[in-house]
Amino acid sequence: MVKFSIKEELCKGCELCVRACPKKLLQLSPDKLNEKGYHPVMITDESACVACGSCFSTCPDTVISIVKE
Amino acid sequence: MAVEYKATQLLTEKPRHYCPGCGHGIIHRLVAEAIEELDVHGDVVGISPVGCSVFANNYFNFDMVNALHGRAPAVGTGIKRAKPDSLVFTYQGDGDLASIGAAEVVHAAMRGEKISTVFVNNAIYGMTGGQMAPTTLVGQKTTTSPNGRDEDWCGSPIRICEMLSTLEGTYYVERVALDTPGHINQAKKAIKKAFQYQMEGKGYCLVEVLSTCPTNWSMSPVESMDWLKENMIPYYPLGVFKDKGAE
Amino acid sequence: MAKKLMKGSEAIAEAAIRNGCRFFFGYPITPQTEIPEYFSERMFEEDVKGCFLQAESEVSAINMVYGAATTGVRAMTSSSSPGISLKQEGISSLCAAELPCVIVNVMRGGPGIGSIQAGQGDYYQAVKGGGHGDYHLIVFAPSSVQEAIDCMGKAFDLADKYRTPAMICADGIIAQMMEPVELPDMKEYKVDPAKKPWAATGYDCKNPVGQRADITSLYVETEELDVLHERLQGTYKVIEANEVQFEAYNMEKAEIVVTAFGTVARIAKSVIDELEAQGIHVGMIRPITLWPFPYDAVHQAATQNGVKAVLDVEMNAGQMLDDVKIAVNGEQKIEFLGHCGSHLPTVEEIKAKILAMKEGM
Repeated sequence: MVKFSIKEELCKGCELCVRACPKKLLQLSPDKLNEKGYHPVMITDESACVACGSCFSTCPDTVISIVKE
Repeated sequence: MAVEYKATQLLTEKPRHYCPGCGHGIIHRLVAEAIEELDVHGDVVGISPVGCSVFANNYFNFDMVNALHGRAPAVGTGIKRAKPDSLVFTYQGDGDLASIGAAEVVHAAMRGEKISTVFVNNAIYGMTGGQMAPTTLVGQKTTTSPNGRDEDWCGSPIRICEMLSTLEGTYYVERVALDTPGHINQAKKAIKKAFQYQMEGKGYCLVEVLSTCPTNWSMSPVESMDWLKENMIPYYPLGVFKDKGAE
Repeated sequence: MAKKLMKGSEAIAEAAIRNGCRFFFGYPITPQTEIPEYFSERMFEEDVKGCFLQAESEVSAINMVYGAATTGVRAMTSSSSPGISLKQEGISSLCAAELPCVIVNVMRGGPGIGSIQAGQGDYYQAVKGGGHGDYHLIVFAPSSVQEAIDCMGKAFDLADKYRTPAMICADGIIAQMMEPVELPDMKEYKVDPAKKPWAATGYDCKNPVGQRADITSLYVETEELDVLHERLQGTYKVIEANEVQFEAYNMEKAEIVVTAFGTVARIAKSVIDELEAQGIHVGMIRPITLWPFPYDAVHQAATQNGVKAVLDVEMNAGQMLDDVKIAVNGEQKIEFLGHCGSHLPTVEEIKAKILAMKEGM
């Protein structure tokens, strides 16, 4: 089981994680703005995440953490 | 097997001021993780430069010293000579290292100073708002080369890894990039190797990281990663330029 | 202790070592090159085991000092006028980062590459802030080799006490001449993190003890820079109140007061002694610290009963003269005698000047 968490307040909506995700599971939340005024990233289907870490690796702001049991 | 990707304690929790998609954040993480994995985090001095990463003192959770523009290798020399057992590294951008600080880095390398340098090359001055750097590509538009860098007038971009590899004092020199997760993993390996060599008392090590500046390149972060791949890597080839430990 | 005959530059270096300095970074330039030369041998001897490193430039040397100072050790550099100009950005930065160290300037003639003989033309640079921003160095101006030795101990102690760089402004003559001197005993200096909690002595974020070093000269927010200045300017006031050093010479019956520093003060002293023998009473106030400047002492001397004029003598176009004027505050007549171009004022001309002043009284 993969636990995928996002610190939305740190996200700057750069989309590098969106670009990196091999499963195309990430996108910016269309209806949400964080305090800085960015649309934070969201995962569309957590159960499909394979915990490859590509999003974590490309994120400049350590927004994402992933734990796979 | 459990897999875990989470923020290292070696980075403070302070939100970073960098623009969206800026490579500095990624490189900070790589540096912090490399130090954590080597288990030397209690005896480290990082030297931040002048440029966008001038605020790196706020983000690394170990002793940090900020140096004047270009002088980080001299400051690092002073620190390392006073604390020979500590891990001492400089973190410098292309304006800082390859322009105003060219003498300092060359001589630290010449002396085989037992420090490491993480050299962030994004082919532009970020902090001052996008001026031409010594590493700006020919034809690249900046605020001080509005028609593109003119090779005849300004010369060709400097290749630091190739140049420093010629010095006897350099022990390990590698160029890496941030454009793909695979390249990012390689960048971390290189940084860790440089630090490892330093802890073994080897000579000067430098890792050049090809990075981006979406704001001053006037591109989205995603476009800038593609631009890095298509334009920077052909001029600044990735790979190991020198590794005395592997000889 | 028996006196030893020593050259000024070597005495300066040895005094630094005996005051616990184990880190020297420098670059050759006349007339101070004997200082790095001395260190290059002495630092590696068994009883010292320190670090001498010849930097690629004066710019690098001062930044190496900055680096060493961040770890809490006693570090220094030396140079001569044009080299000191190159160090100014680093000196300004050391002040902003509140890092103790000692800088020796063996002054020569300027401006530009100037001459390689002695000069005093760097008074403004040393005292009024040679680099950018509102800062001060504690500046010593020894007038003998022995005093240069004594100033060195004081310079390191005050630098540590106030977390500020200190400068010793000698001139080419002090550095080049030999005199019998007494050296202090050898002192070991160990970095004590309790005394220098700001220093980079190792911080483990997983098991934190003490504070993480965060040393910088960048205070990007107006409020942060204000806080720095409250501290800096406050420290400067304490230094001004407590650390002024000067020599008052033959002031008892003085009719004319000479103000002079360094080598020039020695020449003036010879004149004063000669004139005293002839029954002409001339006194002198010789600042030993150029900053903080002995304003009160100069004012008091200039307005002392029986004093009719002040004569400022310097090996420059009249730089300390400004501070003498501030001290005297218009309450006494001031004359000036000086030369630029590494041209020492002679006993004869100072004497002639004083006699002419006396005649006009």
